[in-house]
Amino acid sequence: MLALGGTGLALVLALLAGVTIGAIPLSPLAVVATLTDRLTGFVGWHTGAALSGTDAAVLLQLRLPRVILAALVGAALAISGAAYQGVFRNPLADPYLLGAAAGAGLGATLVIAYAPDQSLGPVGIVPLAAFVGALVGVGCALALGTAAGGSQSATLLLAGVAVAAFLAAAQTLVQQQNTDDLRAVYGWLLGQLGRAQWSDIALVLPYLGAAVLVLLLCGRALDVLAVGDDEARSLGVHPGRLRLIVILAASLATASAVAVSGLIGFVGLIIPHVARRLVGGAHALVLPVSLLAGGAFLVLADLVARVVIAPAELPLGVVTAFIGAPFFAGLLWAGARRR
Amino acid sequence: MSRPLSPPRWSALSALFLALLLALTACGGSPSSSSAASGSSTPAAAQWPVTVTGTNGSVTVKAKPVSIVSLSATATEMLFAVGAGSQVKAVDSTSDYPSTAPITKLSAFTPNAEAIAAYKPDLVVLSDDMNGIVKNLGALSIPALQLSAAKTLDDSYAQLQTLGKATGHTDKAAEVVSEMQHRIKEAVDSVPASAKGEKVYHEVDQTGYSATSATFIGSVYTLLGLKNIADQAPKAASGYPQLSAEYVVGQAPDLIVLADTDCCKQTTALLAKRPAFGTVPAVKNNKVLEVKDAVASRWGPRIADFVEEVAKELRG
Repeated sequence: MLALGGTGLALVLALLAGVTIGAIPLSPLAVVATLTDRLTGFVGWHTGAALSGTDAAVLLQLRLPRVILAALVGAALAISGAAYQGVFRNPLADPYLLGAAAGAGLGATLVIAYAPDQSLGPVGIVPLAAFVGALVGVGCALALGTAAGGSQSATLLLAGVAVAAFLAAAQTLVQQQNTDDLRAVYGWLLGQLGRAQWSDIALVLPYLGAAVLVLLLCGRALDVLAVGDDEARSLGVHPGRLRLIVILAASLATASAVAVSGLIGFVGLIIPHVARRLVGGAHALVLPVSLLAGGAFLVLADLVARVVIAPAELPLGVVTAFIGAPFFAGLLWAGARRR
Repeated sequence: MSRPLSPPRWSALSALFLALLLALTACGGSPSSSSAASGSSTPAAAQWPVTVTGTNGSVTVKAKPVSIVSLSATATEMLFAVGAGSQVKAVDSTSDYPSTAPITKLSAFTPNAEAIAAYKPDLVVLSDDMNGIVKNLGALSIPALQLSAAKTLDDSYAQLQTLGKATGHTDKAAEVVSEMQHRIKEAVDSVPASAKGEKVYHEVDQTGYSATSATFIGSVYTLLGLKNIADQAPKAASGYPQLSAEYVVGQAPDLIVLADTDCCKQTTALLAKRPAFGTVPAVKNNKVLEVKDAVASRWGPRIADFVEEVAKELRG
């Protein structure tokens, strides 16, 4: 419970830092005043110290949706990673394991290269293509895996590797045939939140919310599954069905995240490990702690991406690996010393 | 009893085979290419062979080229501008201007020496030495002239003159350069004093990639007396930093140039619909200029059109 509260507090602090710091200097007090105004405005209570004009537009239309989207994407990737690691009983599993990343990459590249129009009403067409691509990738891996070996998790993993390799090759082929679009494709592959807007949040929130809810509810069942398939069956858990439900929910969350942010590595791999260090192996706790910690981590990583070489930006995927890898190494080292 | 061939013998055999093949293809080449029609337009200037200097050092062209392959969209535009269009046999897949250029599937990014050699070129012009193509063409004794991206207008003029000399159109090239210089000076002079010092945001794509004054296109804005908002970014991204949207909005640019109308289908209307861009002066005062990506990203003769367009926008 303490860990849950701690990571929750970390997320709140990260969100506050995220909205206060940016390429344009805004006074933290004015930022808080403006946000309070927006939250309480409908009851007619105003602080009078709120931002206006360009500053208000920057805060409310650019920075706020970006920070919230970062939190959502980080949370989704982290909880999906924790779920995948639980289902496959493999500490190296991450949300992109079953072809979600490769499928989304292919979808996005196809649309960037061949679509005559890049937007469809208020929503960009690239997120939609990436979303569909990710689901198709996972779908292929699941179909291939179940056809080849039923509910054996090793077979499913191998099917995922095969599907991911094939889709990645197809993506590279399309990209090579359309060198004009190289920068757009690379920009997407490296992950970015620079174009985040409220419509993106509205687009992914329903899927993300449903998937996260399912995963949180499956926590206890995953703990039972961790003991072994036969033991789980004797305790009334259907291993195959549970695995399918968890994989589908985690994939849906991953697809939603990938759709609006591109490919952001490392969050889904390391945050579950961090969570396990904090609260032990019980999924009932690892899943919610991963959710909160992942959100906090990505908000901070995006803050670094925006601020380090401001007013220019770094690709978010680069930052997550740059911060995440040494942090993770330190964690492993500390763990080894303790033992 | 037959014994399998030992490795050294294998390699000796294959070397022999290769040498034979090379000899065959060398003999198969057309013998007539050296007796090309001498240029009729510039009789005095045609002193062959000529030696010109490219990014890859000095390049000697033995006779007036009649079978040029261009792997650079800018070079293609320059070749046609200096009057060497009829000597151009093939251009790469990105050379989409002028429309009369013999566009092919040749790739400038992953160039293939064999595919280029198939056109029996007597001169290859390119801007980037990708995959060691200059060396590969050298091995085939095909003169390759590399003219990499210009940093200033003077670089661009120099390249036009180099191409004029290498193709036997020295006079026409000088004419093109002086006409460009004249048009650009007129355009710059037409900008009202009130517009000097206005802030410009040049957009390369909709994720905020821009160009600083250190780039070729950026030098044009400096010439017009504008202040480039990308200049505050660290020089890291070789002159093309990715600016954050909130920085662009916060800088309140007076002029926005959309150089992503083809790649990314951006328009003035889409720009105005982006979050927070409604507060930007350029959007409010309708000072948004849509230009063709290619015109703004190449350093060819059409840059004069670009300068004129921007000057016109600044006049109101």
